[in-house]
Amino acid sequence: MTATLPKKSSAPPRAGRDAPHRRRRGPSAYAVLVALAAFAGVMLIPFVVVVFNALKTPEELTSHGPLSPPDGFNLDTMRAFWERTDFGHVLLNSVLISGSVAVLAVLLSVLNAYALGIGRIKGRMWVLVLLLMANTVPQEALVYPLYYLSKQVGLYDTRLSVIIVFTVIQSAFGTYLMASVLSAFPRPLLEAARIDGAGRWQVLWRVVVPVVRPTLSVLLVFFFVWTWNEFLIPMTFLISNENQTVSVALGVLHGQKLMDTTMSSAASLLGLLPTVVFFLIFQRTLSRGLTAGAIK
Amino acid sequence: MTAQGRGRSREQWGYVPYLLPGLLLFTAVIGVPFLMNIGTSFTEWTGVGTPKWIGLGNYRELVQDGEFWASFEHNALIILGMAVVPTLIGLVLAAALTDLIGRHFGPRTASVLRACVYLPQVLPIVIAGVVWSWLLAPEDGAVNVLLGKIGLGSLAHDWLGDPATALWSVIGVMVWIQIGFPLVIFMSGLQRVDPSLYEAAEIDGATWARRFWHITIPQIRPEIFVVLLWTTIAALKAFAHIFVLTKGGPGGATNVPAYYSWTSFFEKSEVGYGSAIATVLTLLIVALTIVFLRLQGRDLGEER
Repeated sequence: MTATLPKKSSAPPRAGRDAPHRRRRGPSAYAVLVALAAFAGVMLIPFVVVVFNALKTPEELTSHGPLSPPDGFNLDTMRAFWERTDFGHVLLNSVLISGSVAVLAVLLSVLNAYALGIGRIKGRMWVLVLLLMANTVPQEALVYPLYYLSKQVGLYDTRLSVIIVFTVIQSAFGTYLMASVLSAFPRPLLEAARIDGAGRWQVLWRVVVPVVRPTLSVLLVFFFVWTWNEFLIPMTFLISNENQTVSVALGVLHGQKLMDTTMSSAASLLGLLPTVVFFLIFQRTLSRGLTAGAIK
Repeated sequence: MTAQGRGRSREQWGYVPYLLPGLLLFTAVIGVPFLMNIGTSFTEWTGVGTPKWIGLGNYRELVQDGEFWASFEHNALIILGMAVVPTLIGLVLAAALTDLIGRHFGPRTASVLRACVYLPQVLPIVIAGVVWSWLLAPEDGAVNVLLGKIGLGSLAHDWLGDPATALWSVIGVMVWIQIGFPLVIFMSGLQRVDPSLYEAAEIDGATWARRFWHITIPQIRPEIFVVLLWTTIAALKAFAHIFVLTKGGPGGATNVPAYYSWTSFFEKSEVGYGSAIATVLTLLIVALTIVFLRLQGRDLGEER
């Protein structure tokens, strides 16, 4: 790659909004941009197909196949799916479960990782191996035992049971990522805070959490999306209709072959829109770290 | 631990309370159920009624189950598709988006591109499977139509139905699903890096490749380890992708151990045997985790 011109020696000829910060964009930078945009476009092709079919009538589908663009903007299929599954209610359940899990699992991950990564307690590797088992044990092996246990404590067929289970399962990843990140945390920063008289609890919330906030937002997004798409455990634990989640509603209809192609596309589109919106909202938090870092 | 050992260990005790909620919840949700699973693995049980104790019977059967062990071969390739390739692509993309696009075209452009690449992670795997089976369909699938249009029609065939290409097609779809995961983690890690580090290096005339090797990689080393281990575990447990795309076929060409476990539990109702498979799979992954964490500890320890 060709070397770009040094900063500030000449004003960039194609100045953007916050131009003083930017270097001249050489042709190579544009080449990379075009290549990456093309790559991103290819990644999106399957989504285009979903949107196409969600907007088609079944007749259009049979005459033109699944890959042609729709003739018009037909929302009937989506409306039919919405009514058939009482989708508003299902959506609310998913938001409640995924949202709670995301927040609680991030909290649990931070607490675990603080003891493992910053506290560097003895035998931390073995504690980590143990906690990681929440992810290594295949979920199908947990279904029968959890079924009996939750019946015994009276939590079967409650949304709370699913929230508790996934808080633990998702926090395995958070614990590992945060423990790794925190074990590389700048020690002088911690020591300075301790000398100033801050206790462990204050150090955690005033020093550690603000620095790793971008990573915490990533975890929040991941946990939300992963929990949203979980199928097996929600399906076995939330048997009554009023507790159903989006992915269970999708999966069950799909499994029963009750949906034709247009219906399953419409259902997928409705099912993934909330997670996309959630991700786009949190995109902003992801980038906020960048500016914070730049000020430092 | 040496001279300052005693002071340090007292200091460490102060952190133990932070672990208590995690350990308690873990015991209830994973620890006890896993022990119950091990118990079930010594029985013959259909999921209802009383389990019949058969000792090591399931394990004896498993050792001789040639098909089960053969399915591990496919796992090697799946690790490539779910762990190695996405991590490498993710690293290059994250560096390019942060170091080049972010600084030359603004963070917003970088965010939009990141969102596009992350999107497949959001799609439920059931849906991803359906869409890709359209795209890879033998007759009018988009991939074959495209090949025909650019004059490579002779390459078109039944991607998921031909044993020679089925596993590779599944791996291709896995790469598509996976890339967003390392990308987002690496980019968030790179935000800890002071941008002036890149600028200084650029002023000193460091090429993009040198900045990648000497700034990007060392700065996000913890993330690289985490992503590699995590995606490798996911590859060893890979099931849903296979299930929706090929159901292990054609002729077992895409069979994996986790698929065995699942079918034993829920299709054949051999819960005892399924538990035995799950136990063996878990122990294998735990062993791998220990080796990996050792390597990571050594590597990160050297830097301090």
